Amino acid sequence: MFIIGELINGMYADIQAAISSRNKLIVQNCALEQVACGASALDVNCGPASKNPLIDMPWLIEAVQEVTDKPLCLDSSKAEVIKAGLKVSKNKTIINSTTADEEKLDVLLPLAKQYNSQLVAITISKKGIPQNKDQRLELAANIVAYCQDNGFPVEDLYLDPILLPVNVAQEQIKGILESIHEFKLLCDPSPKTIVGLSNLSQGIRLRSLINRTFLTMSLAYGLDSAILNPKDNELMDALITAELILNKNIYCDSYLEAYRKK
Amino acid sequence: METQLALEKWPHEISTVIIGAKNEHGGSRSHSIEIGGQKSLPLLFKEGVIPNKPKIAFEVWDIAPVDWDSELVSAYGKSIKDPFAWVDKCVNDFKAELLCLKMQGAHPDSGDKGAEESAKFVSELLSRTGVPLIIIGCENDVKDNLIMPLISEAAKKERCLIGCAVQDNYKTLAASALADGHTIIAQSPIDINIAKQLNILISDIGLAFERIVMDPTIGSLGYGLEYAYSIMERARLAALSGDKSLASPFICFVGQEAWKAKEAKASANQGIIWEVITASSLIQSGADLLVMRHPKAVEKVNNFIEMLYKG
Repeated sequence: MFIIGELINGMYADIQAAISSRNKLIVQNCALEQVACGASALDVNCGPASKNPLIDMPWLIEAVQEVTDKPLCLDSSKAEVIKAGLKVSKNKTIINSTTADEEKLDVLLPLAKQYNSQLVAITISKKGIPQNKDQRLELAANIVAYCQDNGFPVEDLYLDPILLPVNVAQEQIKGILESIHEFKLLCDPSPKTIVGLSNLSQGIRLRSLINRTFLTMSLAYGLDSAILNPKDNELMDALITAELILNKNIYCDSYLEAYRKK
Repeated sequence: METQLALEKWPHEISTVIIGAKNEHGGSRSHSIEIGGQKSLPLLFKEGVIPNKPKIAFEVWDIAPVDWDSELVSAYGKSIKDPFAWVDKCVNDFKAELLCLKMQGAHPDSGDKGAEESAKFVSELLSRTGVPLIIIGCENDVKDNLIMPLISEAAKKERCLIGCAVQDNYKTLAASALADGHTIIAQSPIDINIAKQLNILISDIGLAFERIVMDPTIGSLGYGLEYAYSIMERARLAALSGDKSLASPFICFVGQEAWKAKEAKASANQGIIWEVITASSLIQSGADLLVMRHPKAVEKVNNFIEMLYKG
């Protein structure tokens, strides 16, 4: 699984403080710790409190790039913030994210092409969050068709079915799992799939247990990537074990250690 | 319409292992042997670089072999009774570039030579020949744990390939290899899970994956060859996909297995054929190092390798 570390995010107090005091070291340590725990890429988000994301985003990216060449997932709902980030990115990039709305796609897809970036597209639109699997699939199909029509390689597209907290939308979670599988059937080569795992457990108890249980289930439905906390050791153990059960890696008694030595 | 080849691109590669240290690296070998380093499945030259051909080591013992077939014994003539003459014959007459020395004489049933005597023998052999060495024990764990540390020390800095570490007995040998600058053979009983586990255990001691050569344990033609073949293939697929703990080159003890077969002993030529077929099949499943016995079989397999690598 392509693991995107979620911790460089201004909604966390330490990163917010680091941004406002321009303390690179905190951000860089956070980056290196996540990589050491198995992150294949790093999400970068200035957070809701950032007063000047157009300056904060490039600063974060430059700080992270000094210590790792892992791909960076530029996380903002504002296209101009993502553009400001892309301009200074030397590492590979993933734009996070566009919605299914054409006016968003019209801006972000050309940016992705221009900067040779991958693109996360969440299956929501102006109409709101889809309420069932069919609505998710329809939005996903629109996004895929838009990419095909505009010459964007679908294998560089990550479709996000948009995870909702389990206490808010319990009846939808099974449909979200099924969407992950069905997104893969939309075309060949198929788009990749992604979830922002922590959304599932916003504001509820036993977050880690709920996250890791969903993650193992979603792996069985063919999930390619997740934005998650790689420092959650039990979550990573569950992920490694799920991949083992799905025959992605060869078993040995020390399979957890073997995975981490990769 | 021209057929398009479907080419696979692999993201990772097999480790490169070097056997034998020359002067400039602190040893006294006349040359060194490099194995592994390939970025594709065996012989698929268009899919990725294959920098090294499979190499053949002549199997020699520290005593005159007792149970070798008469065809094998006659191939070496009188020299087989004297280990040093046997080595000379391999190097001078059969142009051996690599030797696999088995310390059979230390086995409690084959002379029970002590550690000092065994180490002295290895020292003398190293001073008599410049050919890089693979050195394996007598396959008795207790005895090997006594002799191999001293042998390893006697061959310090010569970058020998020493073996065989097994899951229940690897610490002593791995520590010796680490201390004396050797590489190690990790032997598993036709079991990919144990092969992977053993590599992890050895690497935990501090020997890098790049200093491990895997012996998957093979069977000869008619005696489980296809089991070894499929395990090697599976390990290679995992390694090329990114599993470093399986990305070690393979050593296959072809000679000892082939000459165990009753068919090999049935007639003079048939043993050679048995050894050749076993070796050439394993080359196609990814063998990097073949330990062989009959000089004629070695010659034929070497010709086969040359033919394959002509492209």
